[in-house]
Amino acid sequence: MSLKHEHEIHKRRKSRNVGVGLMLGGFVVLIMALTYVKITSGAFELPKVEVSQ
Amino acid sequence: MTDVSYTAQTEQPEASLRDYYELMKPRVMQLVVFTAVVGLIAAPVSVHPVVGFASILFIAIGAGASGALNMWWDRDIDSVMKRTVKRPIPAGKVLPGEALNLGVALSGLSVMMLCLAGNLLAGAMLAFTIFFYIVVYSMWLKRSTPQNIVIGGAAGAFPPVIGWVVATGSMAIEPWLMFALIFMWTPPHFWALALFMRNDYDDAQVPMLTVTHGRPATRRHILIYTVLLFVLAVGTGFTSIGGPIYLAAAVILNVLFLKGAFAIWKRDEVIADADDYLVERKFFKLSLWYLFLHFGAILAEAILRPYGLGGWS
Repeated sequence: MSLKHEHEIHKRRKSRNVGVGLMLGGFVVLIMALTYVKITSGAFELPKVEVSQ
Repeated sequence: MTDVSYTAQTEQPEASLRDYYELMKPRVMQLVVFTAVVGLIAAPVSVHPVVGFASILFIAIGAGASGALNMWWDRDIDSVMKRTVKRPIPAGKVLPGEALNLGVALSGLSVMMLCLAGNLLAGAMLAFTIFFYIVVYSMWLKRSTPQNIVIGGAAGAFPPVIGWVVATGSMAIEPWLMFALIFMWTPPHFWALALFMRNDYDDAQVPMLTVTHGRPATRRHILIYTVLLFVLAVGTGFTSIGGPIYLAAAVILNVLFLKGAFAIWKRDEVIADADDYLVERKFFKLSLWYLFLHFGAILAEAILRPYGLGGWS
C-alpha cells in the first residue's frame, strides 16, 4: 500500500479545507493591509515625551 | 488493520462550509453589517477604507459568533419550532459542541481584532453586545419573561453605535438615536412574526407575549410600540443625522407602518385565520423594508452631506 494514498476523508473534506485555506489567506492579507495603513497613518507612533533637563 | 473509531465517524454526515455559515445567522449578519456601515459613515470623522472594511468585517464576525452561540444554546427549542427546525444543529449537520467552539473562538477573535483595527471602546462594546445577546437575552430573558424581545432587542441595536465609535472613538447622541430606532422596531417586528407563526412558540414553551398575555394583547402592544416608533423615527429627522430625504422617507414609512399596526389591532383571530394572517405577514414584510429604508435614508444624508446636499445645513 502506497504511503501517499489519499484517504477518503481528504477527498470528502477537500472543498471545506480549500475554503478554510482561502479564508486564512484572506485574513493574513487583511492584517498586512491593516498594519500598513496603521503604520503609514502614524497610529503606532509613540507619544513624544519632553525630556526635562 | 481497521480504525474502528474512524469508521464510525465517517457515518456522520459531513458539515460543509455552508452549514457553518448558516450557523452564523447570515440574515442577521446582513442587518448588522448594514446598520454598522451606516453608523460608521454617518459619523463626523472619516475612516481609512481598509480600517473601515476590517472593522465592519470583525463586527460581522462577532454577530456571526453570537448567532452560533445562540443556536448552540437554543438547540432544544429550535428542534421543536417549524421556523428553526432546519437550522444546522437540529438538522444534524453540525454538532452542538462544534457550534459552541466556533462561537467562542470567533467571539474572542472578533473582539480582539476590533480592538486592534478600530479602538478599545469599539471592541469593548462588541464584547458587551455578544454577552448581552447570549447571556442576557438567550440564556436568561428569552425563556423567562414575555418582555424577552423588548429588552433582548437591544443586542441587535448596538451595531450602528459600534460603527460610530469605530470612526470617532467616543460616544454621541446620534448613534443612540439609531440604537433607539432598532430597539423600538424590534418588538412589533417579532410580535407580528409570533402572531402568524401561531403555535411555534407555544410548542417550544417560550413565553412570548402571544403565549403569556394572548393574541389580542399582542396586537395592542404592536400598535402601542408602532405609535412610539412613529414619534421617535420622525423626530430623528430633525436631528443632525436626519435631513429632508430622511424625513420624507420616515413620514411615508411610519404612516404605512402605523396603518398596518392599526389593521392588526382591529383584527381578531377568527378574521386572521380566515385569510391565513395576510395582514400580519404584510406588516412583517413591511417591517423589513421599514428598517432598511430608514437606515438607507440616514446613509444617503451622510453621503450627500460633503456636497452640501444632505442634512439640514
